[in-house]
Amino acid sequence: MIELRGLTKRFNDFTAVDGVTLSVASGEILALLGPNGAGKTTTVRMLAAILAPTTGHAFVDGCSVVEAPREVRRRVGLLTEHPGLYLRMRGDNYLDFFGRLMGLSDDERRRRARALLDQFGMSEAAERRMGTYSKGMRQKMALARAMLHDPKVLLLDEPTSAMDPQSAKLVRDAILGLRHHQRAIIICTHNLAVAEALADRVAIIQRGRIIAQGALPELRRRLLGPPLMELRLAQRVDGTADVIADLVRIEQEGEDWLRYSTPEPRRSNPLVLRALAAQDVRVITLSRVPRSLEDVYLRAVRSEDDDGMYVVDGRVVEA
Amino acid sequence: MTLAAEERGHEGGRPWPSEPVRLVLALAQREIRDTLRDWRMVIPMVVLTLLFPALMSFVADMALNWVARYGADIVGDRLMPFLLMVVGFFPISFSLVVALETFVGEKERNSLEPLLATPLSDAQLYLGKTLAAMIPPLLAAYLGITVYLAGLYLFEGWLPSFRLLSLIVLLTTAEGLVMVSGAVVVSSQTTSVRAANLLASFIIIPVAFLMQGEALIMFWANYSVLWWILLFLMVVDAVLIRMGIHIFNREALLGREIDQLDVPYLWRTFWRHMRWRSWTFGFEREQLPPWLRWVGAIGGLYRYHIPSILRRSWLAIVTVVIGLGLSAWLGFGFAARYPLPAQVLQLDNVSPEMFTELPAVDWLPTFSVWGVLANNVRALVGATLLAVFSFGTLAIALLMAPMAIIFFFVLQAAQAGYNPLLFFSAFVLPHGVLELPAAIIATGLAVRLGATFISPPEGMTVGEGWLRALAEFVAVFVALVMPLLALAAAVEVHVTPAVVVWAFGS
Repeated sequence: MIELRGLTKRFNDFTAVDGVTLSVASGEILALLGPNGAGKTTTVRMLAAILAPTTGHAFVDGCSVVEAPREVRRRVGLLTEHPGLYLRMRGDNYLDFFGRLMGLSDDERRRRARALLDQFGMSEAAERRMGTYSKGMRQKMALARAMLHDPKVLLLDEPTSAMDPQSAKLVRDAILGLRHHQRAIIICTHNLAVAEALADRVAIIQRGRIIAQGALPELRRRLLGPPLMELRLAQRVDGTADVIADLVRIEQEGEDWLRYSTPEPRRSNPLVLRALAAQDVRVITLSRVPRSLEDVYLRAVRSEDDDGMYVVDGRVVEA
Repeated sequence: MTLAAEERGHEGGRPWPSEPVRLVLALAQREIRDTLRDWRMVIPMVVLTLLFPALMSFVADMALNWVARYGADIVGDRLMPFLLMVVGFFPISFSLVVALETFVGEKERNSLEPLLATPLSDAQLYLGKTLAAMIPPLLAAYLGITVYLAGLYLFEGWLPSFRLLSLIVLLTTAEGLVMVSGAVVVSSQTTSVRAANLLASFIIIPVAFLMQGEALIMFWANYSVLWWILLFLMVVDAVLIRMGIHIFNREALLGREIDQLDVPYLWRTFWRHMRWRSWTFGFEREQLPPWLRWVGAIGGLYRYHIPSILRRSWLAIVTVVIGLGLSAWLGFGFAARYPLPAQVLQLDNVSPEMFTELPAVDWLPTFSVWGVLANNVRALVGATLLAVFSFGTLAIALLMAPMAIIFFFVLQAAQAGYNPLLFFSAFVLPHGVLELPAAIIATGLAVRLGATFISPPEGMTVGEGWLRALAEFVAVFVALVMPLLALAAAVEVHVTPAVVVWAFGS
């Protein structure tokens, strides 16, 4: 549904996006992560056919952003970084205006607007001037604008920013609903918890280049190494590591705990437990050490900073 | 659904307005409503539309009665049309405020990007915004004119002729369109409302001068001149709208974040366009000795670079040649209309001293090679500077003026009984054969330098296109035009007088 091939954007001498290659299928959510100024917004603007790529290609639902920019814009719903509402307008008039620009019929505009306002709990506020809205309400109205023409592709920049937890959940549910309806979605966010909760795949961009991309478990494995297990004992650790050292790799140990890594926990963990039981070591818990998207992100960004290596589709390559 | 059907949208069956027009109107409608919701816009507009014209008609009535007491009725007769123009102009001055704010204001409020993400084309966005900036002030202007005329009719029973009223209404409309189209261009090329307001001086100052000129003409009551001004304004409107549509694009609106003068970048861009391919005489460059490389570099300039620049400039050069043809026609026309007395053009006693005495006339250059060369270079550089500020037009006009004078004298010579071909061949051709192509080429490149603002080269920003035009102008001026002018100056000083004396001397 969305395909980017070697997409590059230069502003004079500055390269904002450098050879980005990505794809997002129908019913898939990709989280595009990266530090400020990494090139996320420029990438999204090229996908929305607002900026033309300097080189490379991007296709949205089969339409080239260079050759058919208007068709691309019909197929894309864009939630911009700032809501960018017309504050002197009423909410319902605002959606009606954008519905007209998107070419929706009168009936369709009314029906879609009403459904979206209901979905986001904004029906009562729709008759008020948007200047009176809270930040969260403005964000929801902007999201309703992006979804109004039922686009096949959604590009969402910080979709839950400035929202209270209840509104944020409404929006997250709406996004998951869109995935269910086979929409292709790219989310740009600094909120890694949201990205982790929603995204099927993650792409990390830094200095205009994709430094890592793939499904989260795959990225964890590649960037952070094999899964890390934590063993808590009902006794001191003394000598325990030696018992299992042939089976797994010991990473850390404390007074009554130790951590080991293993590429295949399903196979190794029973062996570890059996070996410990044979030595009469009493185990309280054996659990996987949680490794969040934040760990993956920081590792990817740091390794790019440190040694110029980056990860594409799980492979570590040189910058 | 086919793509064409999709383009028509869901209401494709509706014959008119078509989908593109409806999108423009939808955009304009929203903008107009937004303007009319802002009390800071509405109150001054009401004052200028209703109160000010009513006050003007009252003032006109008082003034008429007062000047009538001193038998100066003519002052009153001139005052009423003048005030008619003023009450029309004041409300349209608001169009400037609205138009300046159109794009850059939306950009500052972050509401531009969602608009740019819609299927609206660049032209639709531009037209919708321009219409929105034009319609309220223009309606206010028409209403103001109506209020003024109603008041004057009630007080004095005076109504303008249909011709005068049409003229004022059309002038008001054209002035509004000039201000709006200029301001929309400014608004789409700046990054802040503050910068747009500063650049608005380029619109306000010429319009202020124009208004002063129009005021003088109104008191002179030579309304036919105003029709010519109207024609001029319509040409300017067309140029500005063309420029606005051509240089307006989403990329520039969002890509430009800071109005920073990046001198190193400007220099690099200029220098990139100054460089050219060397002529290597069929060898690898490395195989050539250094001195031949140097010769090859100069050779490449004349073999590749200058011809490619001239090919790119063909349209501008042809335009200049057409302008020269027009200047010949003007020169002949004036000569036929204003024949000089026979004794003025006496060539029978022409002598070499006649040429050396020329510097006695203050404004002419010293009749030496350096004097003539310096004068020609100065004139062409001056024309180029004017071209930059006039989209290239003044450069052509400046070249047309001396050519018109030459052709004026050619016909005068014929009327005085001399052979016009001999006159032209003796006085102009010896040095003109070098000077004229040099001037045409330099003016053509100057036209490109000015016209780049209206129509930058494909794939280039206005700034980059202009730097390329400047680099090409400099290259051609230094490498081709100046040598030709130097040769022409030498011929003009040393050969032309001899030819003239040989042809006409006693």
